[in-house]
Amino acid sequence: MNAPHQQPHQWHQHEFPEAAREMLENSQTRRNVQHATTVIQDKRNRVVGELPEWQDLREAGSQVRAHALRHLDHYLLQFEENCTRAGGHVHWASDAADARRIMLELIQRHQAKEVIKIKTMTSEEIGLNAHLEAHGVRPIETDLAELIIQLGKDRPSHFVVPALHKNRQQVREIFQREMHLPELGEQPVDLATAARNYLREKYLRIKVAVSGANFLIADTGGVCILESEGNGRMCLTLPDVLISLVGIEKVIPSYRDLEIFLQTVPRSATGERMNPYNSTWSGVTPGDGPKEFHVVLLDNGRSPILADKEAQQTLKCVRCAACLNACPVYHQTGGHAYESVYAGPIGAILTPQLLAMKEGRSLPYASSLCGACYEVCPVKINIPEVLIHLRGKVVQEDQKTLSGKLGLWNIGMQAAAFTLADSGRLSMAAHLAQVAQKPLVSKNGFISWMPGMLSGWTQTRDLKAIPEQSFRDWWAQEHSTQKPKEKANG
Amino acid sequence: MADAVDSRAKILASIRMSLGERRQDTVIAAEYAGIMRDYRRPEERTREALLEHFEDRLREYDAGVYRASTTSIAQVVAEILASRGKAGLAMPAGIPAEWLPDGFVFTDASGLDEHQLDRVEGVLTACTVAIAETGSIALQNAPGQGARQMSLVPDYHLCVVFASQVVASVPDAFDRLMPTASLPTTFISGPSATADIEMTRIKGVHGPRFFDVVIVAD
Repeated sequence: MNAPHQQPHQWHQHEFPEAAREMLENSQTRRNVQHATTVIQDKRNRVVGELPEWQDLREAGSQVRAHALRHLDHYLLQFEENCTRAGGHVHWASDAADARRIMLELIQRHQAKEVIKIKTMTSEEIGLNAHLEAHGVRPIETDLAELIIQLGKDRPSHFVVPALHKNRQQVREIFQREMHLPELGEQPVDLATAARNYLREKYLRIKVAVSGANFLIADTGGVCILESEGNGRMCLTLPDVLISLVGIEKVIPSYRDLEIFLQTVPRSATGERMNPYNSTWSGVTPGDGPKEFHVVLLDNGRSPILADKEAQQTLKCVRCAACLNACPVYHQTGGHAYESVYAGPIGAILTPQLLAMKEGRSLPYASSLCGACYEVCPVKINIPEVLIHLRGKVVQEDQKTLSGKLGLWNIGMQAAAFTLADSGRLSMAAHLAQVAQKPLVSKNGFISWMPGMLSGWTQTRDLKAIPEQSFRDWWAQEHSTQKPKEKANG
Repeated sequence: MADAVDSRAKILASIRMSLGERRQDTVIAAEYAGIMRDYRRPEERTREALLEHFEDRLREYDAGVYRASTTSIAQVVAEILASRGKAGLAMPAGIPAEWLPDGFVFTDASGLDEHQLDRVEGVLTACTVAIAETGSIALQNAPGQGARQMSLVPDYHLCVVFASQVVASVPDAFDRLMPTASLPTTFISGPSATADIEMTRIKGVHGPRFFDVVIVAD
């Protein structure tokens, strides 16, 4: 098992509740997140509403992804065979350290001191940038938002728009300082132009590029990358060497399947009918793009997730981030509260599983289970179902330890289970509670303070006192003294 | 530290342990063939309505759209270049001579490196297929379309699309792309853009900032 410091995708300074509290105090960030997620949700709803076949597309996307996962070894081997035949090199990395070693070796083989990068979550997951810097290689992020994060020495908070928590004034300040442009304006077009000028020289000069991928295509041995700015295309076509670091779960059976995902992913991710650029290629093509192409397949905790029949669907994820944009918890806390590269509802189920349920255990609780995430998911991951399943796993893990077994929560829950299992015991408990609550009930019939662990409930809301007569008692009384009324004709 | 061969075997073993019993290739193929594809809908629009739809979508991306007949391509290209103030364009091998008007300089860009491409005024290409619903064109490494960097590095891209290349939907486009699925392929939907600042689509980042399409009735 990896020590926490080898798993950089779990920043793990705090558990979710503490981290969230900190984020809630930053009203500027909250405003930025609220604004951006509202804009993107409106756009998404509009373009999704245009397609009468949307639910059929979701279903087909879900089936294709689930099928690929059920036969993951088959499709990975098919991808490897076809990619190799097309002139690509396939490497396998079982964990983050393994992947960092392979990536660094490939980069050093070409004596590269700088690499250009397309936004890739897997690279964040393995902490690639810090590793390269420690070995004298300078990674340069080319996605506008990643560039903002890199130059601002910040952390990504969203996996489609990593700098979503920054507004244009904040971006301008970072660019003015880091690009030495004191006169830079704050219009988005000024900022985009600054990024164009800053990076163009680098595209033309740097000979090694690093990317992730949206999909690996088994039947062509190909790779598919969706993007907007053209920074991806620059990295995919101009350097001599391209290295793509991709999670093993990203494989789809056929090129044909892209006809589903190229409809659902752009609409879900950025609320566009189609993002400006999508690239697909297989291996190397003389005179077109890199002379050398490597794919590094990353496991890093993914393969054990396949064994859990209920949670396996987590790996269907296509990283569109629609669930983040739809989530009322994410709206309030932003991405940093999740203390992981993978934020939001999908992060709340993915992060703890990638860490074998040994860390990030508060994350399955970072949800109100409202189901908005499931409704917008273009591959129908039932996130609320998996959240509840994982909460169960957290409890089971806890019960294995002595402190967990003797903890107040466990004892309380065991007592509740005992009480709720029998109507006599429940009725008895209700009567006892009705008497016990008396000193706490104020004149208006509400309780506004409770002791100990129960104080969590009354911290932000009052509790209605338990009435003298329970519903069960009332029912019994009604039905023993008079017959039920005739049903009115409707 | 594990060596490369070990990691491959380790990952495959771990996947197989998680998944349990393995299926035969024929069983997997049958399961895949059974996936519901009810999203395919018959196209009810007329040919002309489809082209207008394509045109609307392109304009929404802020692309310029022009119409031509098979005999007037050069004339329309000349008008566009004049309005854009261009003296000429680079182009991949395989562009028909009859597309090229007199009075402008067209250079074969197939031998140019990225530094040279960075200095041209723009590029003229054909395409493989276009999608009305999403306002997209797909370019492949083929005659008239060239290497991927050709339609990327210059700041201006002029693309000639024949009406017969315009299909209604994304699945219709894949019907046409499947035979050449392994070629380097780029789907282009408007000029380069970003939504990274406050989720607003801003035109003009690293790819061509200016993009025009000529739709040719054929």
